[in-house]
Parts: sequence; structure tokens; C-alpha cells
Amino acid sequence: MIPVKFDYLAPTSVEEAISALGQHGDDAKILAGGQSLLPVLRMRLNAPEVVIDLGGISSLRGIRDDGDAIVIGAMTTHHDVRDDHLVKEHALLLSKAAAEVADSQIRHRGTFGGALAHADPAGDLGAPALALGAQFVIAGPGGTRTVEASDFFVDLFETAIGDDEILTEVRIPKHTGWGAHYEKFVRVAHQWPIVAVAATVKGSIDEARIGLTNMGSTPLRATASEQALAGASATEDGVRAAADLAAEGTNPPSDLNGAADYRQHLARVLTGRAVLKAAGV
Amino acid sequence: MTKIELTVDGAAVSDDVEPRMLLVQYLREKLGKTGTVVGCDTSNCGACTVHLDGTSVKSCNVLAVQANGRTVTTIEGLADAAEGELHPVQEAFRECHGLQCGFCTPGMIMQAVDLLAENPDPTEEEVRLGMEGNLCRCTGYHNIVKSVLHAAEGAKS
Repeated sequence: MIPVKFDYLAPTSVEEAISALGQHGDDAKILAGGQSLLPVLRMRLNAPEVVIDLGGISSLRGIRDDGDAIVIGAMTTHHDVRDDHLVKEHALLLSKAAAEVADSQIRHRGTFGGALAHADPAGDLGAPALALGAQFVIAGPGGTRTVEASDFFVDLFETAIGDDEILTEVRIPKHTGWGAHYEKFVRVAHQWPIVAVAATVKGSIDEARIGLTNMGSTPLRATASEQALAGASATEDGVRAAADLAAEGTNPPSDLNGAADYRQHLARVLTGRAVLKAAGV
Repeated sequence: MTKIELTVDGAAVSDDVEPRMLLVQYLREKLGKTGTVVGCDTSNCGACTVHLDGTSVKSCNVLAVQANGRTVTTIEGLADAAEGELHPVQEAFRECHGLQCGFCTPGMIMQAVDLLAENPDPTEEEVRLGMEGNLCRCTGYHNIVKSVLHAAEGAKS
């Protein structure tokens, strides 16, 4: 199928894009890499009157060092996030998670900011962004504001980005030298995760940060496991005991891929695996 | 209608297209490049894979207007047709019988070329992972993987 007719705008600056959004409001949709939006348009689950393509705004692409953080432009592709040397050095968890998004072709087109703004609870980048304490820079008619990861994800497919705003970049506090692993559980290749766990640890183990994918309507932190791991030694028994707390406070969905209690079981098992691999055990 | 100008298989083309037109539709219906096929129409199967500025994309999941100013290579532009030769990856698929019905083959070959450009000497597992966005309902994948590995071997010698 092909999408319903729409008007196409290709702004060349963020200001131009925001002004177009202001003009068209609810009737407009932002097109980033299009790897989630185009299937939605083709299946006619949505029919915006105007599509605003950010592909021509070069300032939204690229990754830079900014002192105690690295800054990832919203239109940077998953492929580039995966391979970037700054990401590998200071936020290894993101490189590992970006490598697991969909498949090679999708990673060449899909964007870091687009995926986070889409906020699919089964998306692979929300949990690592949350675990790393990402800060989201959002531009609107009144200028830019910065939103903490804990406030960014609001609900299913809903973020703190307002109707007249655009996510421009994401600041990731440096986690230099932290071990990391993204453990994704799927039935078949390039599927959305049934559950996935993003874990990054300092030393073995001074501090642990763990994000959960598809364990609720937004990405979640496995806070109880993180607390149990802080200062613990990275033994298999110790990590598995801490991982047993990973599903505390979660409210995962039940669907064809698994019931809620099965997902909670997966979260515990996958957290154990992810932390052990992140710690190099 | 929106005006687009791009390079497809080495030739400059320009057209007025509806913004909703998919790149794969543009290639097939406007340019007659039916070597690129539509398999699933849901961005799962990879049969429509082409190269956009040198990297593989699913052309059913890109708008024609997004290819404005860019370079597209399809299965039809891969080999030097004037010389009557196949591309080495096409040749490898023929030698290893990396197909049965052949429907997935254009996408498989375009993805394999991309994979080998990034990783010229892949392991079998790296081939299987690198081709995960391309589905084949006939072969069970073994001969496709063999073909890609054979092409990598051939490039070394």
C-alpha cells in the first residue's frame, strides 16, 4: 500500500522546521529517518496532511565531545551511533544497543532521535538512554530546553516533546571505561524485543545502571538490582541474586509474544546475563 | 508534486513526483527498473534493497523525495552491463546456486555487496547476522550464506 496524499516540506534549518510545525500543528508529522513512520503511513494507521522532513538539516547530524558529556545529533543514524569512537569510549552501552536495532538496512536510515521521540516501549534505545541518564535537548518557538531521561518518557509512544517542538540532540554523560552489554530476547531475527536489558557497570562492581526494554509503557530502571549490585563483587551467584530483583515495580504487557509474568521472568534472567557480560564475568 | 533530481545507476534523472511515492515505486513504475522487487511491503523482507549514497536501504521504506540530490544503485546498475559481465557477488550466487525461485535475490545481492564493503572477510556468523534483514522462503539460507562467503574468498584472490 502507499500512504494517503500529503504535502511535503523539507526545511533546511531547525527554526524553519519549528515554524512549519507551528503553522500546521496537529496536521503535521515529523519525518526523521522514516523507518517507523513510513510503515505507519503505508498501512494508513496515520494520515497527516503535512510531512516535515528533517533530512535536509545537516546541523542535526553528528556526534561531538562536550566535556563531561557526548552530544548525539537527533538525525544521527543507528549505524553511525554504533560505530562512533566517542560513543564506544564514553557510552559503550549505546553502541551495543544501536547494533541490535532492527537490521542493517534499517540502521542505515533510522535515526537515534527519531527512535527516541517515537518512544515505542519495545524500542532498543530508550532503556540504555535512561540507564545512562541522557538529557534531551528540545527546541520550540520559545527556544530550547533540556529534559532529563526520567521525565522524557511519559507513556506509550508519548514523550515530553510538545506538539510545536523538535528533539534536536541528546547529551549522554560520559561513562568512560564502563563495561556494557545489551541483552535482547527475540523469537526470530530483526524482531522487536519481547524483553531486553541494557546494563552498564563501573569496575566489578562499584556501580551498576540497568535499563529495561518492553517491561512497561516506558523504559524502566531496575533500581532494586542496581542497589544490590553497588559495591558487590561480580560473582555469578551475587549477580544472579541481584538480578532476581529486576522485575520489581514493573508492569509489563501481556500479548502474543508472552504473558506479563513470563516477561518478568525474562527480565530477571536477562538482567543476570547482561550484568555478567557487562562486568566481563 | 515535488521536483526531484537524482542519479540512478549512473544516469542523472529528474521528475515531478507525488511526495507519497515510495522510492521502490519510483524505480519500478517511473524508471522501469523492475529488477528491484516489492516483497512484503512492510519493510521486513529486504527484497527491495538498493544502495542510497552507497549504503543499503529498503526502498519500500524511503520516499522518492528523500532520494532527492542523492545517488541510487539498483541491482540493474551493479554490474558493468556494457561489458556483459556479472558483478562478482552475482557470479558467486550463480556458482553456489544461492537461489531457488529468485525473488529475494536482487535484495540479497545488494545487501551482500554492502556487507562485504563494510566487512570484506566475514565469518559465517557475521554473514548470517549481516543478512538478517533479508528473508528467503525457499533456500533455507545455506547456499545464500555460501555465496556471500564465496564472493569474499574470490575478492581475496
